[in-house]
Amino acid sequence: MNKGLKRFVKGDLTVRGIALFYIGLLIILPVIAITTEAFKGGIPNLWKQITLPQALFSLKFTFIIALIMLVINIITGTATAWVLVRYDFPLKKTINALIDIPFAIPTVVTGMMLIVLCGPRSLIGDFFGKHGIEIIYNKPGIILALIFVTFPFVVRSVQPVLIEMERDMEEAAQTLGASKFKIFFHIVLPTIFPSMLTGAALSFSRALGEFGSIVIVAGNIPMKTQVASVYIYGEIESANIQSGLGTAVVLLLSSFIVLIFLNFIQRWSNKYGK
Amino acid sequence: MESKTNCVEVVRKQKQTGKWILISVVLLWFFALIIFPLIGIVRETFKNAISVITSSLSSTASTHAFWLTILITFVAIVINTIFGTIMAIVFAKQNFKGKLFLESLIDLPFAVSPIVAGFMFVILFGPGGWIGSWFYSMNIKIIYALPGMIIATLFVTLPFVAKEIIPVLREFGIEQDEAALILGASQWQIFWKVTLPSIRWGLAYGVTLTIARSIGEFGAVLVVSGSIINKTQTATLRIHDQFTDLNYAGAFSAALILALISFIILNLIQYAQKRKERI
Repeated sequence: MNKGLKRFVKGDLTVRGIALFYIGLLIILPVIAITTEAFKGGIPNLWKQITLPQALFSLKFTFIIALIMLVINIITGTATAWVLVRYDFPLKKTINALIDIPFAIPTVVTGMMLIVLCGPRSLIGDFFGKHGIEIIYNKPGIILALIFVTFPFVVRSVQPVLIEMERDMEEAAQTLGASKFKIFFHIVLPTIFPSMLTGAALSFSRALGEFGSIVIVAGNIPMKTQVASVYIYGEIESANIQSGLGTAVVLLLSSFIVLIFLNFIQRWSNKYGK
Repeated sequence: MESKTNCVEVVRKQKQTGKWILISVVLLWFFALIIFPLIGIVRETFKNAISVITSSLSSTASTHAFWLTILITFVAIVINTIFGTIMAIVFAKQNFKGKLFLESLIDLPFAVSPIVAGFMFVILFGPGGWIGSWFYSMNIKIIYALPGMIIATLFVTLPFVAKEIIPVLREFGIEQDEAALILGASQWQIFWKVTLPSIRWGLAYGVTLTIARSIGEFGAVLVVSGSIINKTQTATLRIHDQFTDLNYAGAFSAALILALISFIILNLIQYAQKRKERI
C-alpha cells in the first residue's frame, strides 16, 4: 500500500485538525464560555436571574408567541406545499421561486415592510385600529413577523416529500370510495408527517431567537410585548450582563433541544420512512 | 383497463372545486404575506423626492455602512468557503469518534438566537474573556470593532457551505479518490481535479446563501459592534439607526436597496440550486 493511500484510508489528520479547530473556536468554545459565565454565581443565582419578573415574562411570551406561529405555519405551509406540488395554476413557477424571499430579505427590512403594510398609518392598520385592534406594536404584529420569517421552513421541508410520494395508494383508496379527508389523514399525512415536524422544529427555533424583525415591530414594552431576545439585548446594552445571561442560557438550551429533536426525527424517518 | 381509467377520471373531476378553493386561499395568503409588503416598501420609498433618496443614500454614513457590509460579506465568503469545504470533506469522507455529535453541532448557528450568538462572542472575545483578554493585552480590540463583527458573521453563516457540500460528497463516494491515489495523484491534485468539480454547484449554492445571510445579519452584529456611525455600522445597522431616528426617507431607501440585492441573490440561489440538481 502506498503512503498516500494509507493516509487516505486513515483519514488525513491535518485536514481533520483544521475542521475541528474551526468548530471548536466558533461553536464549542463560545458555548462553553457563556455557560461557564452564567453558572459562575452558582445555580441559585442563575435561577434568580431567570425568574426575574421581566425575564420570566419575556421567556413565557416568546414561547407562547412561537407556538401560535407554529400552528399557523404548519397548516399554511403544508397547504402551500400541497398546492405547489399537486396543482397547476398560472404563476406557479414565480410563486414557487418567491417562497424563499423571507430567507433572503434582511430581518430589519422585514420589520419595516410590516410597518408599512399594517402600521397605524396604513390602510390595513387604520381599518383594524378603528375596531380597536392594534397590529403593529402589539402581539398580532409580532406573530405576523414570525410567520413571515419562518414561512419557507415547512413549505420547503414538505415539498420534496410530496414530490417523491407515489400516488398509486391514493388512487387505490379513491377507487375504493374513500373520502378526500380520509385519504389525506390515512395516506398522505403519515407520509409527510416527519417532514412537517422537521419544518416545524426549524421554524420554532428560528422564532424563539428572532430579533431583527421583532425589535422593529413589537414596541418592546417590558411585561407586555418584550420577547426574550429583545430582553437580553436590553440587558447587554445596560450592562446587566448577569440578568441577560440567565435568559440567554435558557434560549441556548432550547436551541440544543431542538437540534436533538431534529436528529431524532431524521433517524426515525430514515428507519420507518423508506 | 378502460374502466379503471374512467374511475380515476371521475374522481379527478370531483376534486376540482376543492382544488380551486385551496389554490385561491393559498394564493391570497401568499400575496398578503409576501407580495404586499414588498410593494409597500417600494411605495414608501418613492413617497420622498428622488433628490432626498439619493442624498440620503450618498451620505458618508450610508456609503460607509454599505462598504462595511460588502467588506464583511467578502471576508465571510472567503473564510467560510475554505473552512466549510474542509469541514464537509472531513465529515463526508472520514470516520472518527464523536463525528455524529460534531456534525449536528454545525447546525447550531441556525438554531441559536443571533442575540445569544453575539452575546457568546462578547463573553469570549470581550476584554475579560478567555481569548479577548489575551488580545487586549496586545492592544487588539475585537469586540466593538471589525474583527468581532467578522467573527459574528462567520458564526451565523458557518453551516451553509458545509451543509450544502456534505450530501454531494457522500453521494459521490470515494471510488474516484482511490483511483486517483493509486495512479499517484497528490492530495492537492485530487482536491482540484476530482473533488472540486463534483461539488462546484453545491458550493455555489452555499456561497449565495452565505452572501444573503451576511448582508442581512442584524442581531449578532449589533451586539458585538456597538453600531458606531462611520465606524462599526453595517447597512442593516444603519437602516435600524435611521428608522429609530424617524429618518424614514433614509431608512426606506436603504432598505429598498437591500431588498433589491436580496432579490438578485434569490435568483442566483435558484439558479445554483437548479444546476446542482442537474448533476
